[in-house]
Amino acid sequence: MPDQFLFAIEVILNGLMAGVLYALVALGFVLIYKASGIFNYAQGVMALFAALTLVGIMEGQVPFSHLINATFGTDVHHFGWHVPALLAIFLTMLVMIALAWCVQRFVFRFLVGQEPIILFMATIGLAYFLEGVGDLMWGSDIKTLDVGLPQGGSFWIEEMTVGLGGDGFYGFFIDKLDIIATVIAVLLVAGLVAFAQYTKQGRAMRAVADDHQAALSVGVSLNFIWILVWSLAGFVALVAGIMWGAKSGVQFSLSLIALKALPVLMLGGFTSIPGAIVGGLIIGVGEKLFEFLIGAPFLGGATENWFAYMLALLFLVFRPQGLFGEKIIERV
Amino acid sequence: MKDVNEGYTTEDGRKIGGTVMEMKNITLRFGGVEAIKDISFDIHEGEIRAIIGPNGAGKSSMLNVISGFYVPQEGEVWYKGAPRPQMKPFEVAQQGIARTFQNIALFEGMSVLDNVMTGRLTHMKTGLWAQSIWKGKAEREEIENREVAEKIIDFLEIQAIRKTPVSRLSYGLKKRVELARALAAEPAILLLDEPMAGMNVEEKEDMSRFILDVNDEFGTTIALIEHDMGVVMDLSDRVVVMDYGKKIGDGTPHEVRNNQDVIDAYLGVAHD
Amino acid sequence: MFYREAGDFSTTYQQDNQTFPIKFDRYRYYVVLFIAIFVVPFLINDYWVNSIFMPFLIYAIAAIGLNILVGYCGQVSLGTGGFMAVGAYACYKLMTAMPEVSMFIHVLLAGVITAAVGVLFGLPSLRIKGFYLAVATLAAQFFLVWLFNRVPWFYNYSASGQISAPERDVLGVFITGPNTQAWATYLFCLVFVIFSAYVARNLTRGSVGRQWMAIRDMDIAAEIIGVNPLRAKLTAFAVSSFFVGISGALFFSVYLGAVEVGEVFGISKSFLVLFMIIIGGLGSIFGCFAGAAFLVLLPVALKIVGVDWLGWPTDIVAHLQLVIVGALIIVFLIAEPHGLAQLWRVAKEKLRLWPFPH
Repeated sequence: MPDQFLFAIEVILNGLMAGVLYALVALGFVLIYKASGIFNYAQGVMALFAALTLVGIMEGQVPFSHLINATFGTDVHHFGWHVPALLAIFLTMLVMIALAWCVQRFVFRFLVGQEPIILFMATIGLAYFLEGVGDLMWGSDIKTLDVGLPQGGSFWIEEMTVGLGGDGFYGFFIDKLDIIATVIAVLLVAGLVAFAQYTKQGRAMRAVADDHQAALSVGVSLNFIWILVWSLAGFVALVAGIMWGAKSGVQFSLSLIALKALPVLMLGGFTSIPGAIVGGLIIGVGEKLFEFLIGAPFLGGATENWFAYMLALLFLVFRPQGLFGEKIIERV
Repeated sequence: MKDVNEGYTTEDGRKIGGTVMEMKNITLRFGGVEAIKDISFDIHEGEIRAIIGPNGAGKSSMLNVISGFYVPQEGEVWYKGAPRPQMKPFEVAQQGIARTFQNIALFEGMSVLDNVMTGRLTHMKTGLWAQSIWKGKAEREEIENREVAEKIIDFLEIQAIRKTPVSRLSYGLKKRVELARALAAEPAILLLDEPMAGMNVEEKEDMSRFILDVNDEFGTTIALIEHDMGVVMDLSDRVVVMDYGKKIGDGTPHEVRNNQDVIDAYLGVAHD
Repeated sequence: MFYREAGDFSTTYQQDNQTFPIKFDRYRYYVVLFIAIFVVPFLINDYWVNSIFMPFLIYAIAAIGLNILVGYCGQVSLGTGGFMAVGAYACYKLMTAMPEVSMFIHVLLAGVITAAVGVLFGLPSLRIKGFYLAVATLAAQFFLVWLFNRVPWFYNYSASGQISAPERDVLGVFITGPNTQAWATYLFCLVFVIFSAYVARNLTRGSVGRQWMAIRDMDIAAEIIGVNPLRAKLTAFAVSSFFVGISGALFFSVYLGAVEVGEVFGISKSFLVLFMIIIGGLGSIFGCFAGAAFLVLLPVALKIVGVDWLGWPTDIVAHLQLVIVGALIIVFLIAEPHGLAQLWRVAKEKLRLWPFPH
């Protein structure tokens, strides 16, 4: 096989794995959007916040230590203990649930029935707030996150595939972390779908998504469902935060990567879980392939910054309802 | 049934002009559902034409076809003696067809006056440049159109709420403001989609009076959809009756009332 | 007590259409204008101009632009930073290509070029609505910033990849470059602010403005009563981008002097301007000024309180600022979706009746 072709396949494989992560974040959006009609811009920042909190707990950082030190002239930074990864993840999850409760209690309870665009802008405000709180609590320096996931290229895959190409080809380079991430993401997606389809809470969630009033009248607690979906979204954010945090460190850009979930959703349609997955894969492969074939050789590179948005934009012009959305019939 | 294009004289002695609009074999489908099946009827200049029928008969769809919002799969709309090419709703409006909506569609963020002034938009032609300078052409045009709008506001007796935001008004007043907006366009044909839905008796009387006055004073041709049979019989010169997307009757209120199909449809005789 | 409108009647529609129909408002407006033009220039120094007046004026123009699109026409855009970058780079290219032409012309032309780009990215708005459109405008944001970063023609192949404003003067007084004077740069920006506010006010009170608002409030009904939606939306995009372009050009040439596009015109700039109009008031020209003033003064005030008084490190104050801005946005959306402008209106209503409210 020609090497160029093999490289392209490697690019596609890597794109698929990136796509799975996009799909994972997009799923967080879909969950909240379906149950409450809120388009949660803060999803990316939630991933960042979750990752920061996880690192902070694992390393025994004192929350708000900078602020405390600056105010009282003390010099506290760490409690001096290290929390094992699994326990820390559990504790972080509790924080995310508390966050979900606060968001519902202090923000969206007052915005019920507002226009979607107002809700959207409120989540932008929430994103800023959360980013600021995260930085204040844990500091804004770049942190490394190690929860014990294997990292580095997989030699096994490289050795298995090196024979496929000529002298210039050293086998597929695939990061072990990406493989793990893919597996976890697939499991998580399957789990969430199963949760939504087969459990009582899942059914209630879908009822709320369909019609708030009707759901209320058959005895579903809207408040509970909304806290539930925000918690689920927090959980998804945590997983995404761990994956990306482990890969490229916990820093602000993490919340921007999560923004990529937006074009994913525009492709897949805001209400469709399969749409989020397929959209994620298309964007993941598309942007890597575009960069490899056109971006890097002809356009000076870094096209991944905008490719996803442009693709979604062009796509929507021709099919405003997305890949899986239903055709919108307008009435007066 | 009248088959004349030249016009006729109503029962109460008003002269009605020739045909201004004609539906020719309109069929409208949504997917597999036929909302309108092969319907033809005409509207004469200066008359009040009612479209009645039970829920889901396709009346509103018919109005939407006239205002260009739905495009029928078959059939043609003839307007002023020529088949109308397919056009966008705003182009239809520019041809002098104004309407109100079943569920009030006012611009909630604007005042009553501004809403009425939006009805004048089809008459306001100054471009971006003149508008941004304001002094001169744009201001003159604004004042000219303001005068027309104020005339309508006087006519419908809503002077007192001129500057009130529409969102603060009661349902009945909103309906009236919507009528004002449509009238401000000085339309050739005015389409009213259930102008009296949800009103109490007093409001209905007011609204009926306004509709008759509009027809009388401005000579506006009116096509309206209404549920209240009593109101329809009193107001309209001729009536089209629709049921399940089909036309089952057409004629003066008196003729329609004695039509067996119409009686069946309203009394709920089983369809075969 | 001072706020009186009794005996203040409009006898013609022309009077009724005035920007400030109440006499008291009108006089106050003239006084503010007089102070801004004839008093402030004699009092300010470099610190005041650079940390407060210039950013305030320039952001006010950007906010007017964005408010036309979001507040009046209802099309949410997250691409303001990208469009400001277009204005900045257009201005740079014009300044270097035609040094002899007046800066006024350059800035206006930069606005026109931005308007054209805005229309291009506004085209999808006919088919995409609501937050779909908001996300679509992110495409403009990221693509434009990338474009100015990667295509050397835009920064005249300079080694640093930055653009820096060459020295230009108006009537012999430098307004760009290292030898500027505070009052000159201030007045130069003020001219554009007055121009922008005047044009924006005229456009929003006439038929064009009503078309925009009709589209914003109910687009389908607007089309059926005769508004051409494509034209209305595209004019909104064009006018909005025109102002945003002017502000970008001023931001680069007069205020900063040198710009690295990703840093200055990134997505956070888009949000900053969006926040200004939310806090100031959607659909209000006065709100643009109020919002711009608020978000320009807030960091300055926080810095004085946090760094100078409490002795906190600057990064903590910066984080605190994020928290406060985010919380404020939420509070405003919950309590007063029409922002400071509405608070001001309500206060005026109260003042009109004061001290006898019943």
